[in-house]
Amino acid sequence: MALTEKYAAQIENTFSKYPDKRSAVMPMLHLAQQEYGWVSPEGIQEVAEICDMDPTQVKSIAGFYTMYSESPKGKYWLQVCTDLACALRGADKFYEDLKTELNVDDGGTTEDGVFTVEHVMCLAACDKAPMLQCNFHFMENLNMEKMRQKLDELRSESES
Amino acid sequence: MNILLRGRDIADLHKLDVYVKNGGYEGLKKALSMKPSEVIDIVKASGLRGRGGAGFPTGMKWSFIPQSEPVKYVTVNCDESETGTFKDREIIETNPHQLIEGALICAYAIQAKAVYIYLRGEFWDQGHALDSYIEEARQAGYAFDNIAGSGWSCPVYTHLGAGAYICGEETALLNSLEGTLGQPRVRPPFPANKGGGLYGEPTVINNVETLTNVPWIMTNGADAFKAIGTEQSAGTKIFCVSGMVEKPGNFELPMGITMRELIYTHAGGIKDGKQIKGILPSGGSGPIIRVNGNDDPVLDTKLSYEDMAKTGSILGSASVIVMDESVDMTWVASKVTKFFKHESCGKCTPCREGTYWLDKVVDRIMANEAQASDIDLITNIAKNMQGVTLCALGDFAANPIIHTAKNFPEDFKKHIVGQSAAPAQRGAAGD
Repeated sequence: MALTEKYAAQIENTFSKYPDKRSAVMPMLHLAQQEYGWVSPEGIQEVAEICDMDPTQVKSIAGFYTMYSESPKGKYWLQVCTDLACALRGADKFYEDLKTELNVDDGGTTEDGVFTVEHVMCLAACDKAPMLQCNFHFMENLNMEKMRQKLDELRSESES
Repeated sequence: MNILLRGRDIADLHKLDVYVKNGGYEGLKKALSMKPSEVIDIVKASGLRGRGGAGFPTGMKWSFIPQSEPVKYVTVNCDESETGTFKDREIIETNPHQLIEGALICAYAIQAKAVYIYLRGEFWDQGHALDSYIEEARQAGYAFDNIAGSGWSCPVYTHLGAGAYICGEETALLNSLEGTLGQPRVRPPFPANKGGGLYGEPTVINNVETLTNVPWIMTNGADAFKAIGTEQSAGTKIFCVSGMVEKPGNFELPMGITMRELIYTHAGGIKDGKQIKGILPSGGSGPIIRVNGNDDPVLDTKLSYEDMAKTGSILGSASVIVMDESVDMTWVASKVTKFFKHESCGKCTPCREGTYWLDKVVDRIMANEAQASDIDLITNIAKNMQGVTLCALGDFAANPIIHTAKNFPEDFKKHIVGQSAAPAQRGAAGD
């Protein structure tokens, strides 16, 4: 039980917010994903035990929401908004260029395992398009020149 | 004037000491000196209406909570996922304490046991920052125990979602908070009723922008708020302008300014000197408005609940997406349809199946492989999704098809086999 040992205080604190243990299932899935890099079968099992739920129920929650990854991702998960408002400001082309730059298809991971790239729906940053989320942190007002620089920075960060 | 985006006028307003120095938490103190029912009366008298899109009178919503029930909750909707909406994010980033204060005033008015702020999971950084602002407020005695020495206590918690548009629908939000699938509930019972709210208890669910107005109303009075805006739309509104304008962004302006003022005076006009062709005034979900160039009188329509209804569209959450003459509206319909197909939660058959088939047929139209009858077909599918689902997503998903096909028939016809089928045109020229 890695999570309960490692994050005992955080889990206790989460439980204290709700009258019902089950409400902690989403924060616990976030915690499992942070710990393991994705929502692994072991992570599901642990979350189920923590929240007194059936693993099948936990799995259905994990599958419902797009931020829980049910497969391993690259070290940096780049989620590019290509929804209408961003697309009106060049996001579709930006996304195509990014995939070409990294030589991956939609949802693909680079051979070195550093980047996973996918398109997502509106991220509430329409005035700062093109934009993306990198491991849930926003990067905004992008163009390919800036993006190449960011990719270099992230690559060197992953090597260090 | 900024009631909500005061962070633009006051540096570091997100810090508690700066907020307090600028009148912060005075509205809460004033509320705590009154009877809860008097607070509800002030909010009722202010004319404040829900800013999440529906425009329901806020004070009336609070008054629906049965005071005889011992346990009640306040839930703040910060799921902000509508295409083109980015206002609540600026509030929680730049003026978070005004939201916390507003939520606590609401909690006092209905005598709630706790406040839960539900944020879309993608507001990961903002949600964690909000936790630290709440902690600051707790330490200063403005939240949790014995608030401002009044003897009244109420905790404030955040809850991060994980990527699902549907959780902005109030009953789906409650399910998500309870740890079940974020799908809408059958109503009645309504969230304000026993059995219908969070953990079955009567619950007020308000949007971030709505509650952030409340401290100002408490401090300045209902009449001062009512003096701003129009008769039926009191106060300011944050207009999120995106798409093909020179200066996209949030603009907090009195309700009742015209679309022309918003787009041309504040957002800098249409990009690259082009002509305007269409406006989605309420993000992807509201009906699209046809605009025949920059001189079209429809642009003189006032942005208020009552005036926007006259255009056949809605004010909604006021996420104004602007499209210029280069945009193929079939492509717009396709983009928005893909959004709703992805976001349909799958509970109701007309929405789940309807969005799937709409997307298939619109793809065929976009590929210039459609027959003329396909336009009638998608309109028919869309009409059969209206009014037959548990929540409004089914209706939202029908709107882009019904209204783009009706308002821009020439764009759809271009894609029909045998017509002069132009290659599928995209939105922006694309840098």
